Formats: sequence, structure tokens, C-alpha cells
Amino acid sequence: MRKRNLRMNLLYVPALAVVLIFVLVPLLRSIQTSFYNWNGYSPDRQFIGAKNYLNLLTDENFRISFLNTILYGFGSTILQNILGLAFAIFLNTKFAGHKAVRTIVYLPVMISGLIMGYIMYFVVQNHGAINEILGWFGIQGVDWMASGAIGRVFITLINSWQFCGICMVIYMAGLQNISRMYYEAAAIDGAKPFQSFRYITLPLLIPAMSSAFVVNLIGGLKLYDVVVSLSGGGPGYETSSLSFYIDNRYFKAEQAGYASAVGVVMFLFILVCSLLLNGYFRKKEVEM
Amino acid sequence: MKAKERETKELQHYYAGQKKGYWWKYLLAALIVFVYLIPLYVLVLQSFKGISDASSALGLPEVFLVENYTDILKDGSIFRAFKNSAIVTVFTVILEIVFGCMAAYPLSRNESKLNNFVRNIFLGVMMIPPLTILVGVYTFLVGIKASNTYWGLILTLVAFGLPMAVYMFTNFISSIPRALDEASIIDGANILQTFFYIILPQLKPIVATVTILHGVSAWNEYAYSMYILQKPELLTVTLTIKKFFSSSSGNNYGGAAAAAVLAILPITIIYLFLQDAFVQGQVDSAVK
Repeated sequence: MRKRNLRMNLLYVPALAVVLIFVLVPLLRSIQTSFYNWNGYSPDRQFIGAKNYLNLLTDENFRISFLNTILYGFGSTILQNILGLAFAIFLNTKFAGHKAVRTIVYLPVMISGLIMGYIMYFVVQNHGAINEILGWFGIQGVDWMASGAIGRVFITLINSWQFCGICMVIYMAGLQNISRMYYEAAAIDGAKPFQSFRYITLPLLIPAMSSAFVVNLIGGLKLYDVVVSLSGGGPGYETSSLSFYIDNRYFKAEQAGYASAVGVVMFLFILVCSLLLNGYFRKKEVEM
Repeated sequence: MKAKERETKELQHYYAGQKKGYWWKYLLAALIVFVYLIPLYVLVLQSFKGISDASSALGLPEVFLVENYTDILKDGSIFRAFKNSAIVTVFTVILEIVFGCMAAYPLSRNESKLNNFVRNIFLGVMMIPPLTILVGVYTFLVGIKASNTYWGLILTLVAFGLPMAVYMFTNFISSIPRALDEASIIDGANILQTFFYIILPQLKPIVATVTILHGVSAWNEYAYSMYILQKPELLTVTLTIKKFFSSSSGNNYGGAAAAAVLAILPITIIYLFLQDAFVQGQVDSAVK
């Protein structure tokens, strides 16, 4: 039996090999490179210890990219979950055409973030759809992406808009798993609609919430495509994300060592965030 | 009260607000649909507008310019892009499924310290956002002469996608009773026979889920495609669209918009026909 099991283990060798060669070896190379001053292609490079990491502390563009990444990650996660849950509850009331609404809300999930950024240019630019609609109400719009402060809010909104369909379908499935008996029992006890939402719907949705939160948070923290196509990180680095900044430092500035250091910091940050979030939801699930 | 009437009555109490009538639901549904379709509407209109067209974003074009489309079809790069994206997507998905199923079988059946460790490697790699180790991956790919090759991109995408596939397959196989394996082994089947005849046929639903989710993300992939595929004849759909938008000769946004419409058309059509499978796949992958 033991020999049989060992032979069976051979089946995971191809998958393990691909992952080791194409992810884990490059990970180690990235970590190693982060301690060097290197342009990315020349044969000579100098070991400079933790200098790349120390330079991060005083790099204003890194600071902006980091804060934007937090906004894109947490901002999108919160918006997507609130909107997704609201849509799911609304569509769960089963009116004629509710399925068509689901189809339309989930549709943007199919479209590449890069192409979506280009599409959104026609919506957010100075003569775009948003300003035209504002004009109906007599409001004079501005060039939204010209300012970093508004640009990064728009990127968060667009990302949430595009992917909130994922939350919606997860919550729709979660809601369908809640037995109607709970609501009937609560109604007999005189519970108000808000009370049944707070004490029945919400707690029973925690497993669905835990996966929706983690998926969205990681997706938002590594946001890249839509930044490239909608703002190009600009003006300046005002809307840059960490993913964008890594790419920028490596290929535009030819600072491979420095780009690696940004990557290592980003990796650790996302790791800590997802571990904390997972732990939080596991505790919540146990409490129930 | 007839049973059917009581049933409808109960349904009406199921959620708050139902008794007051339905008109607000249709109003809200219309608002959601409006917010979700505006960008696509603007894109389609733009795709028929000429360079000097002075109509507003939401207004119809002054002249419906079909040339935007015929020019792109004549140019032909969009067809080449479809072919290239199809190659990358098909091979990425096939490799993920083959390697993923194979790896999941021993990981879900043999419990040992070694296999626990292997499982944790896959879980750990799932936490690494692809761009954080950009420098390591790219220098490695250049080192093994993988730039401007499909296999370089495909293996990179497979390596980042496999852990999720292994995770989903492992969970799924764990839910198949072991008694089935044991019966087949008693009947004299070897490991591979058991895997192919007993386990594989039952994996259809999870194979569909992985195909859909990883197919969409491979089709829409942008970052690593851009780094690895640089020759014009290798460009995928996202890269081709980027070219249309960034080189827009003389601000030909109409032409670029037409290209974007063509680019999102295939996946949109597939989605509309198979939407229940897409939504089910999303839910299955998220809810443990």
C-alpha cells in the first residue's frame, strides 16, 4: 500500500514542477535581486544590502502608489460587497425580468480590465457621457481624470462597478441557501424586516461573505490593467498602483533591484491582509 | 383561501416592501440597467463616428460610418489577435486541467506529511500576485529564451493558475467516496485505470468551472502577455486593442472603439448563451 501511494504521488510531479520553476524560483530571484543595484540586463550588478528598502521609505511616488493600492483594494472591496449584497437582495425578490438584470450586471466581469479602461475613457473624459448626463441637470462637469484626487476615486468606482457582479452572484447563491422557515419563524415572533436582515440574513451569509471579501480584496490590491488604460498612472504618479509602479520602475526606469523591492513589500502586504481577513472570518464562523 | 393564493401571499411576505406594489422595483431595475449599459452604448455609438464628428457622447453620430469596421476587418490584425488569444487560452486551460486533475488525485487520497507540505506549497503560491515577482519571472524567461514564444506565456499563466485549479479539484475529489476507488482496486485496476475510469468521469462539473473561470482570465490577460509577446504577429486581443488606442492615428477614436467592440464580441456572445454555467462556475469556485 505504501509503495502504491508513493507511485500515486508521481501524479503531482508535473504540476509541482511547473509551479516551482515558473513561480518559486522567480520568487527567490526577485528577493535576491531586491538587495542589488541592477538595471535589469547588464552582466554586472552591485550588492547594496537593504538600501533599496530604505530608499522606499523616502520615495514619494512609492508612498502614493501604496496608498492608492490600499484605496483600490479596500475601497473596491467595501463598495463591491455593499452593492453586490444590495443587488442580490433586490434580485432575490423575484420580479419579472430579474434574470435579465443579473445578466447585465454580471456582463462586465467578462471584459478585460484593460479594454474596460479604454471603454470608460468615453464615459469619464471631458466630453464624455458623465458630463453630458450632469449637463441635463445643469451641472458643469470637469475633466475628471485630470486630477489625481478624483482620478483615483473614479478608478475605484469603475473597478467596483465592473466586478460587483461577482459579489452579486455569490450572495444570490448564499441567499437561496437560507431556509424560508427562519424568516417565517421570525415573522411570527414579530420581527421587523430590518431585524430579520440583521439577525438572520447577515449571520447566515458569513461563509459567502468570507470568500467574496478575500477574492475582491486580492483583486483590488493587485489592480493594474485599468490603471494602464484609463490614466496611465497619471497625472504624474497620482493614480499609480503598486503593480503599476513595479512595472514602471523595472521597464521605464531600469531599476530592476528597486522594482523587486517594491514587489517584495507588496507581496508581504497582500499576504498579511489576506491572512488577517481569513482569520477574522474564521473566528466569525466559529462564533455562530 | 386556495393553496396557490396562499403560496403567493407567503411569497409576498418573504421580503420587506413587497406588499406596497411593484412599480419601484421596475424603476430601480431600470436605473441599474441604465448604469450598466451606458458605457457599452457610448462605445457602440463611438464606433460609428468619424474623426471630425462633433456629436456628443450620448448623441447619435452625424453619419453612421461603417468604414470604421470595414477598415479593421481589412486590416486583419484583429483576426490574427483572436487566433493568438485562442491558442494561448486553449493550451493554458488544457494544461491547467490535465496537471490539476492529476495533482489533485494523490493530494486528496494520500494523507502524509509530504503531501501536506505539497498542498501547502500550492496554497502559498495562490497568495503570490503575479506582478509582485515580475523581475524574477521576466529575467528567468529571458534567460531560457522564452520571450516572444507562446509556450513561455502559456507556462507562466499555467504556473500562476494551477494552484487554484489544484485546490478546487482536491476539494472536489475529497467529496467522492473512497469506497469507489477501493472497489476498483479490488477488481484489479491499477492507479491510472482507477483515476481514468472512476475519478475522471465524475469531475465534469468542476472541469467546466475551471475551464470557464481560467478561460476568461487567460483570454483577458494583459500584463504578462505584453512582456512576453512583443512581435506584432504574436499580439493577443488585449495587446491589439491597446495598440489601436495608443497609436490612434490622428485621434481616430471611432476606429479604436470599433476594434474594442469586435474584441469584446466573442466573449459576450459566449457568455450570453452559457450565462448559467458562467454564474454557477463563479459561485462554485467561491463557496467552499
